Amino acid sequence: MTEDIKVDKVVDLKGMPCPMPIVKVSKGIKDVEVGQVIEAITTDPGALADFPAWAKTSGNEILKTDQQEGLIKFYIERKA
Amino acid sequence: MFSGDLDKALASLIIATGAAAMGMDVVMFFTFWGTPILRDKGKKVGGKDFMGKMFGTMLPKGVCEVKLSKMNMAGMGTVMMKSLMKKKNVASLEQMLELAAEMDVRIYICEMSMDLMGFKREEMIEYPNLTFCGVAKFLEEAQNSKVQLFI
Repeated sequence: MTEDIKVDKVVDLKGMPCPMPIVKVSKGIKDVEVGQVIEAITTDPGALADFPAWAKTSGNEILKTDQQEGLIKFYIERKA
Repeated sequence: MFSGDLDKALASLIIATGAAAMGMDVVMFFTFWGTPILRDKGKKVGGKDFMGKMFGTMLPKGVCEVKLSKMNMAGMGTVMMKSLMKKKNVASLEQMLELAAEMDVRIYICEMSMDLMGFKREEMIEYPNLTFCGVAKFLEEAQNSKVQLFI
């Protein structure tokens, strides 16, 4: 459940198409410290494939992915 | 970036900014038809010869005048595509260039293309990380990189 993940910052990416979600999330994650978590909310279905690829390459970790009513939420821990 | 087409320029800028977002070090090298994309529409320079003036008039003056490679239909297709991009929230070339600058994407411009088409340094856009150079500078970067794309 999401309750057990403490979110330090929410990054709203709703309505943004490629490449903005990963561009904005890469900026957003720099606003928190290593070990802190951001919640990225997107409406881009491509993000389901893109976010894991971005996280792997940039060295961050997706703790959890939530999907509901056209919204996709990623809980990402800053690792690098 | 060899091409001067809107669609291809958009693709290369999306890849460049995406790569920067993934933490990669990015260089874009603009040559031949790609060179006029980086002209500043607000700048005027004099002292060009006849051919330089002709190229200057016939080639796009910056990102705003770049056309689609397909379905341009005398400019109508490009206008439609631009309005569709706006409607769908897809960033324009202008916004993508700004974003690239913000993300420390470096831009190299081919000096030989500039000279061939009669472009002067003073008529190119203000960009924080701009280098005028030749093929060796491009190859030096290409040799040390994992991904090289010719668009």
